[in-house]
Amino acid sequence: MSVILVFLAVVVGFVGWWLSHQRLMSKPWLEQGMAGDFVALDRSALPTAKIGLGVFLAVVGCLFALFTSAYFMRMALSDWQPLPLPRLLWLNTGVLVLSSVALQCASVAARRGQLDTVKLGLVTAGITALAFLVGQLVAWRELSTDGYLLSSNPANSFFYLITGMHGLHILGGLVGLARTTAGAWNGARPERLRLGVELCAMYWHFLLFVWLAIFALLAGWAAAFIDICRQLLT
Amino acid sequence: MVDITPADAVPPAEVGEMELYHPHSWWTKYVFSQDAKVIAIQYSATATAIGMVALVLSWLMRLQLGFPGTFDFITPEAYYQFITMHGMIMVIYLLTALFLGGFGNYLIPLMVGARDMVFPYVNMLSYWIYLLAVLVLVSSFFAPGGPTGAGWTLYPPQAIMTGTPGGQDWGIILMLVSLILFIIGFTMGGLNYVVTVLQARTRGMTLMRLPLTVWGIFTATVMALLAFPALFVACVMMLFDRALGTSFFMPAIVEMGEQLQHSGGSPILFQHLFWFFGHPEVYIVALPAFGIVSDLISTHARKNIFGYRMMVWAIVGIGALSFVVWAHHMYVSGMHPYFGFFFATTTLIIAVPTAIKVYNWVLTLWRGDIHLTIPMLFALAFIVTFVNGGLTGLFLGNVVVDVPLSDTMFVVAHFHMVMGVAPILVIFGAIYHWYPKVTGRMLNETLGQFHFWVTFLGAYLIFFPMHYLGLVGLPRRYAELTDMTIMTDSAHHLNSFISIMAFMVGFAQLVFLFNLIWSIRHGREAGGNPWRATTLEWQTSETPPVHGNFGKELPIVYRWAYDYSVPGAKEDFIPQNVPGSFGTSKESA
Repeated sequence: MSVILVFLAVVVGFVGWWLSHQRLMSKPWLEQGMAGDFVALDRSALPTAKIGLGVFLAVVGCLFALFTSAYFMRMALSDWQPLPLPRLLWLNTGVLVLSSVALQCASVAARRGQLDTVKLGLVTAGITALAFLVGQLVAWRELSTDGYLLSSNPANSFFYLITGMHGLHILGGLVGLARTTAGAWNGARPERLRLGVELCAMYWHFLLFVWLAIFALLAGWAAAFIDICRQLLT
Repeated sequence: MVDITPADAVPPAEVGEMELYHPHSWWTKYVFSQDAKVIAIQYSATATAIGMVALVLSWLMRLQLGFPGTFDFITPEAYYQFITMHGMIMVIYLLTALFLGGFGNYLIPLMVGARDMVFPYVNMLSYWIYLLAVLVLVSSFFAPGGPTGAGWTLYPPQAIMTGTPGGQDWGIILMLVSLILFIIGFTMGGLNYVVTVLQARTRGMTLMRLPLTVWGIFTATVMALLAFPALFVACVMMLFDRALGTSFFMPAIVEMGEQLQHSGGSPILFQHLFWFFGHPEVYIVALPAFGIVSDLISTHARKNIFGYRMMVWAIVGIGALSFVVWAHHMYVSGMHPYFGFFFATTTLIIAVPTAIKVYNWVLTLWRGDIHLTIPMLFALAFIVTFVNGGLTGLFLGNVVVDVPLSDTMFVVAHFHMVMGVAPILVIFGAIYHWYPKVTGRMLNETLGQFHFWVTFLGAYLIFFPMHYLGLVGLPRRYAELTDMTIMTDSAHHLNSFISIMAFMVGFAQLVFLFNLIWSIRHGREAGGNPWRATTLEWQTSETPPVHGNFGKELPIVYRWAYDYSVPGAKEDFIPQNVPGSFGTSKESA
């Protein structure tokens, strides 16, 4: 359970940092009226939707941290046989990076008000994300034709489970991306479009990060890395 | 102390970016509503309905325990199904949904001075997915083989094996699917509660001016958002084990002479995941209760809450600590003794912030102008039951005491006292307190008195003797206890007595339900602020509040939520949105 505890420690650290800026030491029973700095404490200057997405990403991060924890605990048992990862996954990783880059471009373009670039970026991101999902399905097929079935070994089970869960999150993101893209074509207000694109970009970067982390996990580098750390400590 | 700036220097408070959704038809106004208040009532009604099912299940269990052998239809399998569904419904589908979905939706926007939740559409979706989860759960009663009988903890391997009711039928699958749906629905609602508190507070409503109710619900929601994923992961992996034949949790097992296809899985892994959710869940239910009870006590004792800052810090501290105590539910799982030592220590440390809260409630009462209204009676009853349940928690937090007591009725008595009876008493108190705001009418006082005394004394008479049954060694989770040497005549009579009390307490809840419905039309007119309370929900221009909560302009907050009996003030309360200084309240933390 150490992975999830580390994750939670990060969350707690962030919450603590934020709380420390909220005048928790003040004595509200002595203070009446409005002070200038009270107004600044009302809410964050960030758009509400971004904060909402941020909280959601913390929940998603928690989910994958828990899967990782379970992965390590199950891995320690004797029947674990790691499976060879299909080389296709490298290509898929590249495609997902491309998708993230395209959304980043769209986000920059939205800030500058270049609608055509925004549209191009959104469509590219959508197509590459779909390509990633197709690639993952092909990788699944490759593995299963090679005899690495879901239930034959826990390593296989975790591979399908975690990649599947990640794919579902991409799929959910595509719904949001489709709505933003439709908005770009139907002439959404510029500030609304910009917010939508930025939200998509934020979500995509996060899922790319999650993918890199679970790729490292499934390939066994994460375990090797932890072993090295452990040896350094002891 | 002093007015810091004159009132007219403050710009009018209005949340510009939030465009209110305006319903056009009866359907969008009352059924597919995006108004947090309507969603709150939908959540509460659904939770109450499914809670009644759980109440009936507890009656059936008590029939069997109190009068064993009398009722043929209660087979051991049926008993396990009752016990499982009772626990699961009460903890998740009633308490969690009612506190966060019900009270959270109703109170957060009103108390922080917002027009609605920040993502109303997602909020509506949250309720409908919750309803779907409840329907899936209910459907398992009608599935072949009936609902699962694995116990509310659903421990593998037994949960998905033939010997357990529903294990190889539909029961366990529907249970897991229902939980997964519940978590998805809750996450949608939870995002709303958290972000509304963060972003939609009105002018002047700093975090340290929030009523403790909001602090409790807010912290509990943050915890739930981080804890429920653990249950989600456990459910998904168990669903894979059951439906697709994987071996996440399932070890190699020979069942009735037949080797199952599973091998090498770890049941302990499930226990870790389950309790990583399960222990924070206790505080997810308790923290809103802590918050609400603080407000009830302060309002009905006409006195500011003692040690507001300490209360806030304690809520946050309990929330953080509750994530590092989960394994105290696993002392008997054969874990390393050093782990037991670590988790016993963290468990006992949690008693410190909790005790601070109890002292502060008592000190708030001290020399207060206590009005023994029904909400106040429930709040006082909460303190008593919570202290009682908390003290037995200190017993069970120690490994050496827990190991012999772990599988006895003592544990049943402990957790029912501390996370069953105590929070539900707060829920009752809160309903009596806020019902006038929701409907515009007071609940009937006489029926309320009857409800309170029967519920409080009855619940005490149910669970207090149960500690003794546990100490003499009566095991829990047994459908039939007659042929055991420890089952003496006196123990048996006590069991029958407990059962009779359970029926009486259950009957009082029916009276309460009648009161809820009857008072909608026949209750006394309440007016806008019947308890003369300070918080913003009582200052709305209309009662019940209309969609959008406040009038043309949002209120501006000038003071904290507990200005009761301020020396020099004309009345014994000053609402949060009244400017000007009236001397100062003396107590400090």
